[in-house]
Amino acid sequence: MNSRENILADVLKNQPPARPLPDTDVFKDDSQHVVSTYCDVFTSIGGQVFLAKNWCEVSALIPRNFDATKRIITTLQELSESFELISTTADPHTFNDVELAVIEAELAVAENGAVWLPEQRMGQRIIPYICQHLAVVIPAHVIVATLHEAYAQIGEGNYGFGAFIGGPSKTADIEQALVLGAHGAITMTVFILEQSPDVPFAA
Amino acid sequence: MEKITKDHAALAEAFIQNEEHVDWHDGALWWIRQKRDIASKKIPEWEALREAASQIKNNVLSNLHDYLLQFEANATRNGIKVHWAADAEEHNAIVYSILKEKDIRQLVKSKSMLTEECHLNEYLIERGVDVINSDLGEYIQQLDNEPPSHIVLPCIHKRKEEIGALFHEHLGTEKGVSDPTLLTRVARKHLRNVFVTRRAALTGVNFAVAETGEYVVCTNEGNADMGAHLSDVQIASMGLEKIVPQKKHLAVFLRLLARSATGQPITIYSSHFKRPREGQEMHLILVDYGRSRQLGRPAFRDSLKCIRCGACMNTCPVYRKSGGLSYHNTISGPIGAILAPNLDMKKHADLPFASTLCGSCSNVCPVKINIHDQLYEWRQVIVREGYAANTKVFGMKAMAWTLSSPTSYARMGKAGRWVLNNIPFAVNNKLNPWFKQREMPDGRKGSFDEWYAKNNDQTEEADEH
Ligand code: SF4
Repeated sequence: MNSRENILADVLKNQPPARPLPDTDVFKDDSQHVVSTYCDVFTSIGGQVFLAKNWCEVSALIPRNFDATKRIITTLQELSESFELISTTADPHTFNDVELAVIEAELAVAENGAVWLPEQRMGQRIIPYICQHLAVVIPAHVIVATLHEAYAQIGEGNYGFGAFIGGPSKTADIEQALVLGAHGAITMTVFILEQSPDVPFAA
Repeated sequence: MEKITKDHAALAEAFIQNEEHVDWHDGALWWIRQKRDIASKKIPEWEALREAASQIKNNVLSNLHDYLLQFEANATRNGIKVHWAADAEEHNAIVYSILKEKDIRQLVKSKSMLTEECHLNEYLIERGVDVINSDLGEYIQQLDNEPPSHIVLPCIHKRKEEIGALFHEHLGTEKGVSDPTLLTRVARKHLRNVFVTRRAALTGVNFAVAETGEYVVCTNEGNADMGAHLSDVQIASMGLEKIVPQKKHLAVFLRLLARSATGQPITIYSSHFKRPREGQEMHLILVDYGRSRQLGRPAFRDSLKCIRCGACMNTCPVYRKSGGLSYHNTISGPIGAILAPNLDMKKHADLPFASTLCGSCSNVCPVKINIHDQLYEWRQVIVREGYAANTKVFGMKAMAWTLSSPTSYARMGKAGRWVLNNIPFAVNNKLNPWFKQREMPDGRKGSFDEWYAKNNDQTEEADEH
């Protein structure tokens, strides 16, 4: 017995006559207020937002808001003087003691507060989930209005794994009481970097 | 577990014994329904999105054969090993064989209604494989040896004190502790240890993209990712109908899913798996288990458009008052009641009757499934096939006769009001399973027709002012 052939034959026999795909390119949002909308939405889902003028400010905000005596890791060269760079080859289990991971988003979505992270931005797939606290740097110009704009930019994408992450992990399974920090990060912080990408570090 | 002798009404009777509990359950779900309303109203194009989602799913069902082949080819090219399972037994055997080949005896599982439908846990445990459900709600249900009562909120029927008692018994928390944050922290610590020691992880699938061969898993807790990214062997189980044609269509579904489910703008994690990690094995099992048969039932095939948001349950007055477990099926509520008879018409003959046909489910469904019409259709089929219980047959025949003729409708309405006003115990008795534990409403003085006839003149008068 070959289930594949049987299933495909049954599907072919039973599927209804062809129906057309709708035009989903009509869904567009060219809102100019993406940064403020993003901040509002992300705060409302339990995240924390900082606006930073440059990398120096980001670097200074970290020890002020997190326990710098514990393990802090990053993918970002700009922060490598202060924090451990993530090894892309280490066994993923070795990150179980990470207090804070600082990574950079490729995109962020104003309508839902999510950041888009292909695995190259994570360092390793497990990083944004296994850390106790997650911080993501978002260059202001990568914020788009809705998921439609986000997928248009992502396109096919050259990643083996990628994720939208929209806030600290959470559950309401016990009596609908919201608890932040289910299995993933307990808090999520974003640093919105106001400078454009081509301005040098010291600017 | 397989031997169900009690029907929905009998099981609901047990649930409604505790009135305070039922009121809480009713209110908690209605609150989620209201959050859904607020979230949807913030999106001006909400109705257009629902329509687009519905049309995309129509297209998927009409071209499923080719999309499955396209998905299989792309996923295989990406390095995912694709398997096909005709039924639950074959699905379970595939999972077991993957584990056995690697000599793995422990599996961590994230939320997957499909594997619940297949009774995978029981199958694996019988063969010496230890399975842990990592979604908090499902974990709690597993501790209590119960199936989930809701597809999004698996233990919504439990009070925190009951959960505290379970944790006390199984995890050694202090007696009487029932604070949700505290209990969640205990589970977090316990399950961390599970994640870092399991070599194999299984997840469900929310969407699979034919165009790219990737699949998307949505969670709030992060448990699917914790399991998957720490595993040597990753397995995903999906029903055939989870296909979407193109990646850009994910935007439509992800915008609708969490807003419909809980009123969140998006689930916290929407993970796109395309290729296995270096050194990891990734398997995906495409499961039919009655889906191709449902595809061939014109009146019921639309049920395959479901994206498992749970909105139809949260809004359903019968579900809210009777609890998910009274549906004795993995997928409960209105959508469960139109999916289950396809799998076993005799066993689930009662479910399409567990509805008032008010239509609220169809109104909130993000993919616009005509759920209440299908409930009504199933009733006809079940009676025709001779599976309906006698009381239901009588009730339905009477209803069909009443609704088929305007005069009998008017007369029955008058008769009903007369009964309510004069002999209320005639409806409030055990022959009428709906009115157990409920006071019957007072009979109104006139029917809508009478009211309209009486008030119409006045309305017109009022309009002249
Ligand atoms: S039938 Fe519709 S409302 Fe119900 S779970 Fe499925 S998608 Fe959601």
